[in-house]
Amino acid sequence: MIIGNYKSNYNSDESFFGDWPNKFAFILLCLLLVLIPFISSGYVIFLFTQVAVFIIAIVGLNILTGYTGLVSLGHGALVGVGAYATAILQSQFNLDFYINIPLSIFITSLVGVFFGLPSLRIRGLYLTISTLAASFIIIFILRNWNSLTGGDSGLILDPIEIFGIKIISENNKYFFIVPLAILSILFAQNLFRTRIGRAFIAIRDADLSAEIIGVNIVKFKLMAFGLGAAYAGLAGSLWAYNFLAILPSQFELHLSILFLAALVVGGSAQTLGPVFGAFFVVIIPELLKWAMGFLTPLNPTIMEYTAPANSFVYGILIIVFMIFEPMGIASIWSRFWNYVGRWPFSP
Amino acid sequence: MFDPIFLIENSITGLFSGGIYALIGLGVVFIFRATKVFNFAHGAVMMFGAYFYLTFSEILISFGSPNWLIFLISLPLTFTASALLGMIIEKFLMRPMMGQHPFPLIMITIGLISVLEGAAAMIWTPAAQYPKPLFPLNIDFIGSLAINRQMLFSFILAIIIFLIISILFVRSRSGVAIRATATDQSTAALMGINVSGVFSLSWIIACVTGSLAGILLAPLNSLTPTLGIVGLSVISVVILGGLDSIIGVLIAAFIIGWVESMASHFFGGQYKEIVPYIIVLLIIIIKPHGLMGTRQIDRL
Repeated sequence: MIIGNYKSNYNSDESFFGDWPNKFAFILLCLLLVLIPFISSGYVIFLFTQVAVFIIAIVGLNILTGYTGLVSLGHGALVGVGAYATAILQSQFNLDFYINIPLSIFITSLVGVFFGLPSLRIRGLYLTISTLAASFIIIFILRNWNSLTGGDSGLILDPIEIFGIKIISENNKYFFIVPLAILSILFAQNLFRTRIGRAFIAIRDADLSAEIIGVNIVKFKLMAFGLGAAYAGLAGSLWAYNFLAILPSQFELHLSILFLAALVVGGSAQTLGPVFGAFFVVIIPELLKWAMGFLTPLNPTIMEYTAPANSFVYGILIIVFMIFEPMGIASIWSRFWNYVGRWPFSP
Repeated sequence: MFDPIFLIENSITGLFSGGIYALIGLGVVFIFRATKVFNFAHGAVMMFGAYFYLTFSEILISFGSPNWLIFLISLPLTFTASALLGMIIEKFLMRPMMGQHPFPLIMITIGLISVLEGAAAMIWTPAAQYPKPLFPLNIDFIGSLAINRQMLFSFILAIIIFLIISILFVRSRSGVAIRATATDQSTAALMGINVSGVFSLSWIIACVTGSLAGILLAPLNSLTPTLGIVGLSVISVVILGGLDSIIGVLIAAFIIGWVESMASHFFGGQYKEIVPYIIVLLIIIIKPHGLMGTRQIDRL
């Protein structure tokens, strides 16, 4: 876990992108993202959309866990709240997406603040346990409130309609969801140039000291929960519109662990962390499927091992990165560019 | 529903399962006291122990061994395997991270849940399995009260092991070493206590008691890799007991076991799984240091 925010001058502290190569890379990346649907197949586009949904959720977790230091084991369940809020609002009240998504975000962030209330009295380990409890309670409600949530069989919803175009093809979903993911990354990046974001970092580094120098811990902790949950709500809402069918089992503890794995592997408390992490957790199952495709002739039942192998690999990744590279891929990435930038005088 | 006999029966069942919870919670408390790590993966370790037992006993059954021989050979083998698992976890995952911020340690135990669950599903398939119960499934009647003999014996065994370990914790040299380490690691090390040995020992004790709990619990439900997630509910026992108190765990285990079975008695079976987590939230809000835990003081 990094302590502090090391900048050598005010300009670099206030700039949004850091330096010009970052800005350039960002514009290049945006152009590339526009091109992708035209040069790749439907499945690749589908994967990119999924990465975008994960990025939104993990950016939220990054605000909560990476920047504010409140380890949450309930983020997957909050994404579930967002997804169910969207599906229920659509099926019960027949709301359009432009009301539905903000309302889902609002509901999820209320739920997040509610389960963040224990953080007023407790910290660290106890807080992690209370988010774990919250996760089980939310999933229990989703499973058992049959009249509203459809119980174990879940809910189905209609696609979004913008100006008479149904967002149902992979291309349309891509162009709907990916920009939102980019916006949410930029919003989070900006957050940590403001008073609120810096208060979060102060709470993570030393909460008692932060309180003494005048950070209202109660307010900012709840705000971190609210913001993290709002991101989860957006991710859940888009998840629901992306798959058009949701099940309670998708949002169980495994999803929360997956998000934590992504955050740790990507690099917590860094802007690019969630991006790398989301790519990683989406690519790994594909790689495993691909590898097992080769092994199928040897053992026809090997495909059954895909799901357990996934969870095994995620766990191993958390452990290996925690021990050997606690700041994740994002820190390897920035070290690499530092090296390149200082070449031929790099150490 | 409000039949008094049925109510008493359910209460007894709840107290019996409380005995097993106490045994599971003991492992978490041991590790927490000695190393200040909260082991989220304890349920998964317990599940692994049960699978070890399943493997060894099925090998012996395939040789056609008599019952007593199966228990005599497979139980020690299971405990050895679990102790090895504990040592490996401690040596390779916990030791490098000792003395650091708690966040990486919490993350590693969370990662371990995933690793152990995935590994169990790959080795033993995700399908439900039924290991050979230690005690026969008989129902005895005391008056008109039906008592499940399997649960009764499991309860007695769990409580005996719990008491033996608690007494050793207070009386034996290793117990004193563990308590000294818990109080102050560096002073204990200066006094000549092998602190890393204490860490190993506490993980071994936790894994062995956990595997016994798994063996007792598996025939009552069924053995699947998700038993680890079920085992997470024992967090409520540990939190109610106060995280670092052994007596607290015993009392809390009975309370949780009883409340669970009352919830399933009055509201229906599915509420049993959610009760521990509601209790956890309530305790954390009302009384974070539990029934018997030491109150923590924050220092800068």
